[in-house]
Amino acid sequence: MPLPSYADPLERVWYYAYLVICTLIFIFLISPILVIIPLSFNAEPYFTFTEKMLSFDPQGYSLRWYDSLLTVGMQAPDIPRGSTWYADMWANAAWVKAAKNSVIIGFWATILATGLGTLAALGLANPLMPYRRLVMAILISPMIVPIIIIATGMFFFYSNPCGLVGLDCGRLTSTYTGLVMAHAMLGIPFVIITVTATLTGFDQSLIRAAQSLGANPRTTFFKVIMPLILPGVISGALFAFVTSFDEVVAVLFLAGPDQQTIPRQMWNGIREAISPAILAVATILVVISIALLSTVELLRRRSDRLRGVTGR
Amino acid sequence: MTAAHQTLTTADGRPLKAALVRAQRRARRRAFLLVAPLLVFVLLTFVIPIGQILYRSVHHDGFSANAPAVSEWFAATAPGTEPDEAAFAALAADFKAMQAARTAGVAATRVNYTLPESRSLFTKTARSADDLVPPYREAFLAIDAKWASPAVWQAMRSSSSAYTGDFYLASADFERAEDGSIHRVEETQRIYVQLYLKTFALSALITVICLLLAFPVAHLLATLPMAKANLLMILVLLPFWTSLLVRTTSWIVLLQSQGVINSALVAMGVIGDDGRLPMIYNQAGTIIVMTHILLPFMILPLYSVMRVIPPGYARAARSLGATSWTTFRRIYLPLTLPGMGAGAMLVFILAVGYYITPALVGGADGQLFSNMIQFHMSKSNWSMAAALSSLLLVGVLILYWLYDKLIGIDNLKLG
Repeated sequence: MPLPSYADPLERVWYYAYLVICTLIFIFLISPILVIIPLSFNAEPYFTFTEKMLSFDPQGYSLRWYDSLLTVGMQAPDIPRGSTWYADMWANAAWVKAAKNSVIIGFWATILATGLGTLAALGLANPLMPYRRLVMAILISPMIVPIIIIATGMFFFYSNPCGLVGLDCGRLTSTYTGLVMAHAMLGIPFVIITVTATLTGFDQSLIRAAQSLGANPRTTFFKVIMPLILPGVISGALFAFVTSFDEVVAVLFLAGPDQQTIPRQMWNGIREAISPAILAVATILVVISIALLSTVELLRRRSDRLRGVTGR
Repeated sequence: MTAAHQTLTTADGRPLKAALVRAQRRARRRAFLLVAPLLVFVLLTFVIPIGQILYRSVHHDGFSANAPAVSEWFAATAPGTEPDEAAFAALAADFKAMQAARTAGVAATRVNYTLPESRSLFTKTARSADDLVPPYREAFLAIDAKWASPAVWQAMRSSSSAYTGDFYLASADFERAEDGSIHRVEETQRIYVQLYLKTFALSALITVICLLLAFPVAHLLATLPMAKANLLMILVLLPFWTSLLVRTTSWIVLLQSQGVINSALVAMGVIGDDGRLPMIYNQAGTIIVMTHILLPFMILPLYSVMRVIPPGYARAARSLGATSWTTFRRIYLPLTLPGMGAGAMLVFILAVGYYITPALVGGADGQLFSNMIQFHMSKSNWSMAAALSSLLLVGVLILYWLYDKLIGIDNLKLG
């Protein structure tokens, strides 16, 4: 909002004060994320800028914390870096293992959440859907109900999932299946919200047009509906993946030692012996989130263009 | 004229009304079938676990299932009845069975909820279950004099039924006296109600801070030209997309006593080296970090409302003689109310249930209600955790229902 020409001096002062306030709030929002990036290259095990770092002395910077991400947990980290070293790193390094777990769990949780969520969003978009509002409220609630309550309930349920019908079929705690199910459930609200958003303003007559031109339901879905809602589906999938990739409480409650994920490792690191290695992981995660954010923004603009929505 | 009385029919001759009803029914069924798989999945992974919490908050058969004989005696006698020889005999039989099945610990766990520190009494008695010979009363007293205490018997009495409201009593800082009456616990031991209120108060404070910080930013974004606004929007969305643990770590790095802000202040000479500000691992830490994490949830709904307010309204007010303050107060502010409401409710709901941030940066006095639930879970006090979870759940669901009534979940947007 440019200052109008009729503004009096007091308004001018207030206008510049307002700009300063906004700048400060933007700094508050962004500085915590930016400050860890240089600190992760700290040569010293401190969480503050050393004098060498401030004078841009190359000696003040190092990649040691990134290297430690690979070596911590290895059986023989000091041998020359050949194929044995890499095999050892791939199999044993704690952070590498955690990353593998995070990707595996995140991947399957995303597939499950996106598949079920997209179908459900298509059903919910139909105004004839019975109990639409109630069903929507139930499907969104995993986002609203505190995670600690969900994790507590899942812990009870997973310890004997067949107990309700009087059977005993083992436990779901400490299994990948259990975690994938938990994370998929947490991601579903995001899929529903993003796909429903793409479906608002979706021209239902396009479906009828396709049908009247002789397309069967499958062709209609893949050739007409899917291309239009795809941006929403992908954003939803990304949200679901990020939710799983960033989730720690369900992992704390339900995972065994074999299912440690990156957030779980970070949690340990923050609670116990905080080392700058955490900052190295954090920096990598920030880079990933920048990539994800750009993808989602591009998709959103594409979706708006496709649906003929202008502006934001 | 006759055409008006004829029923309309479809091409193949069926009445149009019936055909329409059928088509609608089919559409309804198809919509439901699309939703059904997800509904089943959410039922399994979300609704049933929540149901189990509610069930566990009123049900614990640890004592009643493992000490059936004495439970029966309790059922047959009135509250406050002095335990007679029959009661002690029943208890002795139960203890022998429990010692054989090694379940005294389970029963003790239940009694322990009502009367803390009775676990040792149970395990000790179970170990010497073989010494329990008639006369039973004397045999019990020989093992531990506490068996004469009415408090122990009252605790066993309230444990003797599988369904109980005791966990809710405890979570409301009430306890049962020896004669079965209900009264509040000692003032120094009242923790739950206070924590519940503190969680709501802190959440309200965080919501207000978020609103104050979000308003100018959302206004700036809404009034800037689109290209600039989109660029600045990245500064809002990047924190939104960044891992919660990353943001919490960053704040620890910034705020801790050897951290960036304190070091900078010391280097600039604002504070002495021994006067480093305690900004983290306390309530202040919880407030700062949670405000940062929840701020985008306030900015985004505010922004989407402010974006569509026509700037002509403010200009019209000014041209009619209103001062800039009056224009803001009477014209602009009321128009932003829906956005403020949506953002404030969302932030408040999310803040009330927050766990991770208080656990990592809250220290001793920055813990919220969720952390108490986790504390009981870690101590295997599952019934207490379930009762506290149910209370928190009720609070959140009321807010969620209000949100749906006032704003509508359909209007929930991300980014």
